[in-house]
Amino acid sequence: MVTMEKIKRTQLYRSIFRHGYKDTKPNRMHQIVSNVFLHLHPTSVWRHATEIRYTWGMGGITFLLFIVLTVTGVILMFYYRPTAEYAYADMKYLEHDVPFGMFLRNMHRWAAHLMVITVWLHMLRVFLTGSYKPPREFNWVVGVVLLVLTLLLSFTGYLLPWDQLAMWAITVGTNMARATPFLGHEGPFGPELGMKPDNDIRFLLLGGTQVGPPALLRFYVFHCIALPLLAAIFMIVHFWRVRKDGGISRPSEKE
Amino acid sequence: MTLSEQARNTTPLRKEVPIDKSRGLWITRRDFLSLTGWLAVFAFLGTALLGTIRFFFPRVLFEASPVFKAGFPDEYALGEVSSKYLKSKQVWIVREEEGFYALSAVCTHLGCTPRWLETENKFKCPCHGSGFHLSGINFEGPAPRPLERIKIMLNENGELVVDKSVKFLFERDEWGKPGSFLKV
Repeated sequence: MVTMEKIKRTQLYRSIFRHGYKDTKPNRMHQIVSNVFLHLHPTSVWRHATEIRYTWGMGGITFLLFIVLTVTGVILMFYYRPTAEYAYADMKYLEHDVPFGMFLRNMHRWAAHLMVITVWLHMLRVFLTGSYKPPREFNWVVGVVLLVLTLLLSFTGYLLPWDQLAMWAITVGTNMARATPFLGHEGPFGPELGMKPDNDIRFLLLGGTQVGPPALLRFYVFHCIALPLLAAIFMIVHFWRVRKDGGISRPSEKE
Repeated sequence: MTLSEQARNTTPLRKEVPIDKSRGLWITRRDFLSLTGWLAVFAFLGTALLGTIRFFFPRVLFEASPVFKAGFPDEYALGEVSSKYLKSKQVWIVREEEGFYALSAVCTHLGCTPRWLETENKFKCPCHGSGFHLSGINFEGPAPRPLERIKIMLNENGELVVDKSVKFLFERDEWGKPGSFLKV
């Protein structure tokens, strides 16, 4: 114990741990405020904010799933190669030979399915409790952007196993892009603006006129880099706004 | 004196320099430099953006050519729906009494590949059940329009040549156009 006290007095220790665990109100606040990860969180939480029957905890669960997906996704990237020759084989390799590969892939897959569901449930809760009303109307819009990003993440991840299901799902999905107004070669005013199969919005998505190796690579980059980055940025704004717009919503009698 | 009164009484940090309008310049030096600076910034950002967008449209596609030879006309039996080029080219070649036409094997619902069912004399899409007559006209399921016909012609050697980049749509009344049907 004496040694511990001695260590605690060293400059090294105190430069890392600025606060002890002394259970006083100011110290607990300091712990939150002076930590880069925790400081997004308020220093104190209303009792009603922990009422699971009101919030369902869906936003938090969705965020947790996003973290699970980020961690498992990064791990899967160590074995998966996004090329037409290897993608399917690597997926099979992960499933059958890599230690815990099946477990991690399934974790990623189920968490992805679940996240889509919890995002919808979160939206439903916010709608039913009227939490989209001022001053939270801006955050509702941020939430809708996050919903779209979640769906796009789900969609782009669908192609990566490079099996028949993936190919046809993306074929069907991107065929809708043909009919985009102005930007699709089969959409309203598309041909008039010079849109052709090899220069329209679908071509931009696929990197070709059909679902092929360039599409796999593009969807991989969208899935692993672009969309998660965008989602993270919007999530930071979303959480920040929850605090700035008066904290998590509550029943009106507790306002 | 209240705080706001104090604020109003303080002299501005930077002295406003009166502009000498008599010198006849339509813009001050400061505004001119500011404007040029911002123009340069936006010119740079705009060019970079345009270049980046262009980056995503490759010049070369490593895809099969849309034009392919499909053998000689006498290789096809009368009334045959040939699936010979279905897997590689997604095209059916139909031999009728009067000649040939080529059908695109892309379902007009959502783009799956239908199958030719010989016994039922129809094209049937496995994805959502759309059905098409031999002519390509849709008659069941969710497909909103007939299958697309594709340009088919003969080259100088008398071989059939199919060009997938030229399409003929029934709903635009294009099935009578030259190239949509090859008389033999």
